[in-house]
Amino acid sequence: MAIESVDNGENISIFQARAVTKVYHSGELEVRALDGVDLELFESEMLVLLGPSGSGKSTLLNILGGLDRPTSGTVRFKDTDLTRLDEPGLTGFRRKHVGFVFQFYNLIPSLTARENVALVTEIATNPMRPEEALSLVGLGHRLDHFPSQLSGGEQQRVAIARAIAKRPEVLLCDEPTGALDSKTGILVLEALVSVNRELGTTTAVITHNRSIKDIAHRVAFFADGKITHVEENQQRLEPAAITW
Amino acid sequence: MTAVRALDKKILRDLRRMWGQVLAIAMVLAAGVSTLVLSVGAYQSLEETRNAYYQRYHFADAFAALTRAPKQIEQQIAAIEGIGTVEVRISKPAILDIPYFSPPVTGLVLSLPDHRPPRLNQTYVRAGRFPASGSSREAAINEAFAKAHGLEIGDQFQAILNGRKRRLTVTGILLSPEFIYAIGPGDLVPDDKRYAVIWMSEEALAEIFDLDGAFNSVALQLLRGASEAHVIDSLDEILKRYGGAGAYGREDQISHAFLDAELQQLKAMSRVLPPIFLFVSAFLINMTLTRLVALEREQIGLLKALGYTRAAIAMHYVKLVLVIAAFGILIGFALGTYFGHGLTRLYQEFFHFPFLVFKRDADIYPLAAAISLGAAALGALHAVMRVVALAPAVAMQPPAPPRYRQLWAESLGIYRHFSQLTMITLRHIVRWPLRAAMTTLGLALGGALIVVSLFSVDSIEHMIDVSFFLSQRQDATLSLSDEQHERVLQAAANLPGVMRVETFRSVLVRMRHGQFEKKLAVHGSPRQPQLFRVIDRQLKPIVLPEDGLVVDTRVAELLRLKRGDVVELEILGGWRGAGRIVDMPFVRTSARGDEATHLAGGAKGRVRVPVLDIVESYFGLSAFMSRSALNRMIDEGYLVSGVHVAYDGRFEDALFEEIKSTPAIASIALRGVSLQKFRETIAMNIGMMVTIYVGLAITVAFGVVYNSARIQLSEQARELASLRVLGFTNAEVSRVLLLKTTLLVLAAQPVGWALGYGFAWLMIAGFSSDLYRIPLIINASTYAWSSLVVLLAALISALVVRTRINRLDLIAALKTRE
Repeated sequence: MAIESVDNGENISIFQARAVTKVYHSGELEVRALDGVDLELFESEMLVLLGPSGSGKSTLLNILGGLDRPTSGTVRFKDTDLTRLDEPGLTGFRRKHVGFVFQFYNLIPSLTARENVALVTEIATNPMRPEEALSLVGLGHRLDHFPSQLSGGEQQRVAIARAIAKRPEVLLCDEPTGALDSKTGILVLEALVSVNRELGTTTAVITHNRSIKDIAHRVAFFADGKITHVEENQQRLEPAAITW
Repeated sequence: MTAVRALDKKILRDLRRMWGQVLAIAMVLAAGVSTLVLSVGAYQSLEETRNAYYQRYHFADAFAALTRAPKQIEQQIAAIEGIGTVEVRISKPAILDIPYFSPPVTGLVLSLPDHRPPRLNQTYVRAGRFPASGSSREAAINEAFAKAHGLEIGDQFQAILNGRKRRLTVTGILLSPEFIYAIGPGDLVPDDKRYAVIWMSEEALAEIFDLDGAFNSVALQLLRGASEAHVIDSLDEILKRYGGAGAYGREDQISHAFLDAELQQLKAMSRVLPPIFLFVSAFLINMTLTRLVALEREQIGLLKALGYTRAAIAMHYVKLVLVIAAFGILIGFALGTYFGHGLTRLYQEFFHFPFLVFKRDADIYPLAAAISLGAAALGALHAVMRVVALAPAVAMQPPAPPRYRQLWAESLGIYRHFSQLTMITLRHIVRWPLRAAMTTLGLALGGALIVVSLFSVDSIEHMIDVSFFLSQRQDATLSLSDEQHERVLQAAANLPGVMRVETFRSVLVRMRHGQFEKKLAVHGSPRQPQLFRVIDRQLKPIVLPEDGLVVDTRVAELLRLKRGDVVELEILGGWRGAGRIVDMPFVRTSARGDEATHLAGGAKGRVRVPVLDIVESYFGLSAFMSRSALNRMIDEGYLVSGVHVAYDGRFEDALFEEIKSTPAIASIALRGVSLQKFRETIAMNIGMMVTIYVGLAITVAFGVVYNSARIQLSEQARELASLRVLGFTNAEVSRVLLLKTTLLVLAAQPVGWALGYGFAWLMIAGFSSDLYRIPLIINASTYAWSSLVVLLAALISALVVRTRINRLDLIAALKTRE
């Protein structure tokens, strides 16, 4: 059950992170969350960022997504230097180009599945219909359910539908299966893989779960705020083939 | 020294963290506490000052005026059962001429015993001394008048006494418990420039007024437990043949009555406003703390997991709340005491006391504190108990995600018109309807407080409109020292600048209906008066019926009268018919066919008259008859008591000069000056109250809006941060929060208006007195102001909250679990 790997040589770089460092000051203490990280993300690829808790993966993802700024170093998205954008600039960047999926879904509890997706399509320039996005993640039959009426896996798939409905260039997922059991988690991963395949959305998935690395084109290994090495998967596995 | 316990440190840090909200809650609480302290304090101080003054200076319990009686009668009066002290004296009106002051001044001249201090109504000597015995050139004057004209000991002025102009030298400046509120005849509020009280030697006055060995005024002090009604009846019986104008108790003494009305008003205010403020603040605190504590759910779970008992945890939150409450109470005490002193001092401007007693019943403070602390602690306990009841593991978990449902309106497809951001707001409101309702109620109460603080201005403007423009159109009212023949009309018309004159006859009566009775004057005017018009309840001038009586709503209320009822009039004063005429020639058929008949023999000088109409009047007690009917009833010929005149302002000085040298004129009331003085007094009195209460109401409105927006922000922080992450701008995210606030603020407006009207009604009910009634009039502009203030408070707090949205921690929101 392997899927073909993309040839990186032909791909265009979307993100370029150079010597990215992030230092948090927590009282007297200085925490170096990222320590000179270099990383590139290519169009249409699926990248898994793997590492233990506190290794800096989320910090990097937040910086790539325009939720946070590096202490030093540069992050470029295509021709834009994200580190030079002000707050409204970053908001605009997130709005236009980035889809987010988080461990705890972050759905709006007062909106139904369809409305949670519509929330984003209403402010996007070329979105798909909310129903279409929800069908893509296999939730075409749960359109009018509120988050409290959906299981964790379903809620996460609503979050994915919400993230992709505006056809973002990049989908950033922070522990998307972290709060889910293995069976539900696989459904979520399948949704991510199918979006990546069908829409060609560049996807970065953070996880501390080693089993998940096999669904990626490339895997970046994190430890102590650094990327120790990057591996390319010659043989990608379908989500259904993995387990944890 | 014991170390500060960890939980207590948490209190301090929590207070510092939430300082904005803590301050807002404390200020609302302070508003409630201060209104209570302020109004109860001012009331008690004023009452205490009055009581002390009355007691120390032997203010009389009852009074009587008469035409003239020999001094021997004094023994007879003293023999009445229940009388402790009697003082007989001379009391006469006078017109004064003050240098460099054009309008004539109305004065009241009182005698001082020559060889002993007065037994009753003693005076406080602010400066100088009493006039010398027998001196007809020396006089003491009341302090307010002296101050108004800058008169000092040794200064001189002229007075017309019994038709003769005399030059008087000021020997003393006095204050008297009889003239705490010194108001001239025909005036609505004191005008110290135009009204004077003058004390002179009794011997001198007796000579001037031909009252040698006689008196025309009585003051009495009753023995403890004596029946005032009995004494008054007995006194009337004695004075009947001396032209007694009806004895009356303190409650009808003009200065006392005004002071009493003011006290009654303060009492009404202290009974209505502080409870509203306290209720609002208690409600707000309850609402805020319930939600603040609910936000601490996880920490409470943790404390339980660590082994803290329920009681200890509950105590922790109660302590936090008590600290906030104590803070508010202290501010409230300070503000209330400060404003209370200010208000009491303000009263000294128009209530003339020689001293002020600042009375603070110690029990207001604990009362205010207890109510506030109780409300605060209850609010906290309610919330804490709900949380501590949970097992620690459950409490540490966030509460289950709220269940939402589709709005009923959605089935109609209305929601398609709304964006998802709007839907979030609408569903929030529908999901917690009680919470939304409570916030709305809180906001409405804020608005209502503003309405109730401001409406008095509208009511008073309405009183002014009706009384000074619709009803009274004369420029001056001249009262004659004695009733005179109607021919005086011609003399008045000939005064310089006079364009129109209208005579009136005023007859003092005791009006009875069943068991109810009231002493008042019946005013006889032309049937269709032009200068002093009678206004009906629809505010239209009426034509007086040919016979019969017209009374105002207050008289009708006091005597339980309705149209068609027959009242009995006992004519008082120097009526020639008193005690003599049994058979009155006045038998008339009224318009309704009822007969105005005499009472059967024995009840001398009493007439039964039908009440044909009930009219509107906001000042005093009014009863009207056509002058011809009144004259027929009295059967004294065509006599008049005074003249209303309209004059050309260009001749005012000449007119005033003429009046000052016309002996027949006892007093003059000037409508323009009265109105101006009334406005000034009201502006000063109401102005200060309104400023204080509006300030407090704004605090409340702001406190409600700010707290509810802040809490909403805490509760929705994660949701809002998620929206920010998704690419919504600060402005868009703020809209979610602000839309809710806006909707609730808007919904609160009509509720606030209605509550404001209700509160105003409650207050007005306590304001009515025989001296004045304040109609419940609330202009649209007052409602508009209340809304504007609440909207402004909402806008400001929204802007403050908005800065918080700009500072939302996006990443933290993603890490915490709903």
